[in-house]
Amino acid sequence: MKYMMFVCDDTEPETDETLVPDVEVWVAEHDASGARVLGNKLAPPSAATTVRVRGGEVLLSDGPFAETKEVIVGFDILEVADLDEAIAVVARHPMAHVGRVELRPYAD
Amino acid sequence: MDLVAQVGQESYARIVATLIRATGDWTLAEDCAQDALAEALERWPREGVPRNPGGWLTTVARNRAIDVLRRSAVETRKLKEVAMLWGEQREQPEIQDDRLRLIFTCCHPALALDARVALTLRIVAGVPTPDIARAFVVSESTMTRRITRAKSKIADARIPYRVPEGGALVGRLTGVLGVLYLLFTRGYDADGEPAFAAEAIRLARLLGELMPDEPEVASLLALFLLQHSRRHARRDAAGELVMLERQDRSRWDHAAIAEALKILARTPVTGPYALQARIAACHASAETAAGTDWRSIAQWYDELARVQPTSVVALNRAVAHGYAYGPQAGLDLLAEADGVPDGYARAVEADLSARAGDQDRAAELFREAARQAPSEVERRALLTRADEVGAATRDRPDRR
Repeated sequence: MKYMMFVCDDTEPETDETLVPDVEVWVAEHDASGARVLGNKLAPPSAATTVRVRGGEVLLSDGPFAETKEVIVGFDILEVADLDEAIAVVARHPMAHVGRVELRPYAD
Repeated sequence: MDLVAQVGQESYARIVATLIRATGDWTLAEDCAQDALAEALERWPREGVPRNPGGWLTTVARNRAIDVLRRSAVETRKLKEVAMLWGEQREQPEIQDDRLRLIFTCCHPALALDARVALTLRIVAGVPTPDIARAFVVSESTMTRRITRAKSKIADARIPYRVPEGGALVGRLTGVLGVLYLLFTRGYDADGEPAFAAEAIRLARLLGELMPDEPEVASLLALFLLQHSRRHARRDAAGELVMLERQDRSRWDHAAIAEALKILARTPVTGPYALQARIAACHASAETAAGTDWRSIAQWYDELARVQPTSVVALNRAVAHGYAYGPQAGLDLLAEADGVPDGYARAVEADLSARAGDQDRAAELFREAARQAPSEVERRALLTRADEVGAATRDRPDRR
């Protein structure tokens, strides 16, 4: 079962830095176990371009499709057995501690 | 027919739980269990009740599932699983595990709390959707949607049909007990649905049978039994709430109290439910209100405040110390308590003030608390108290 991790920042991060895991360790560990298929950090929303095509015309706008206080800062794709396994993997990602992560399963 | 309802209630979760494991299809499992109940309603009055009613229902549900799967033809693997289910040995440990799996899945924290409670009521307890809707004060279609959405999320997000193991179990069990506690409170609250308290007790009993080595499960059952033992004494003939100290203790359910005390005698204190149950046991064991062992209660509250530092615990701790060591001790602790909902804090302060001799202030505080009461019966109970302490002030010159 594949899950997409939308990695976001948050206005109320964990304040005790000693509790926050290291991202390099997380990536290495889950690449090795096969739980992480791919993923990357993303450039800030100021670098985003939103694209629509209406009546054959390509319409562009500067910025993300929704202006929110919290922004998506990266993503990962997981391959795990079920939601509990996915939650266990996400709970060890540093951004779950200083930000928040939305877990969304593939639709098929 | 009452027997169908009773046997159905006992068998429903077992049938649904096992069919879900075999097919992974929640809707199919529920439909087949419902069909079996409908068939019993139709046939038992005509043909007589079968010798093993639970086994009869199970067989009918299984055969219905096989029919449905056969018609869809493609699902051969599921078909085989269902066909192999249940020989004649219905008490296989694996079948018990199915009910546990069902409880843990319905109470998964990835579902909204309301959805967890509704799903547990519907699927584990077998309560009809219209009854659940009434208790949540929503329309039947809203409740149907809520339950359907929860089932879709279980399927789409791949919430596993499994009891967690090791360290994960502790946290998840706390969540399951929290759902049962909420269910019980729904039945116990002044404006609640009384049948839900009995459902919560039934589920706690089932969970206790399935997880005999978890002290908090046993403690929760004891706590429910103790609180529920007062159900006939909590209201007077007019339906008004009667406070604990004024209840007719002969109307308490002493068999339930005895069962709870027996459970507690063999259960170690490992968590908040064990502590709450012991507090309830102190009240239940007192022959009169005046004979209550308030010092023990105050001690249990000190411990509870350490493991569960919530505002409600702080409030009750203040009350306990007020009775154990005099009203001023209670008022001091109340002043230290943070985040207590204003209405409750006023009511406690009123009671302590009355006992400290300040009747005018007490009457005023009871009236303030009444304005913020969460239900109509509680509002009236508080206004009655206000009148009583007010009357005490007015009477005083006469008594002199």
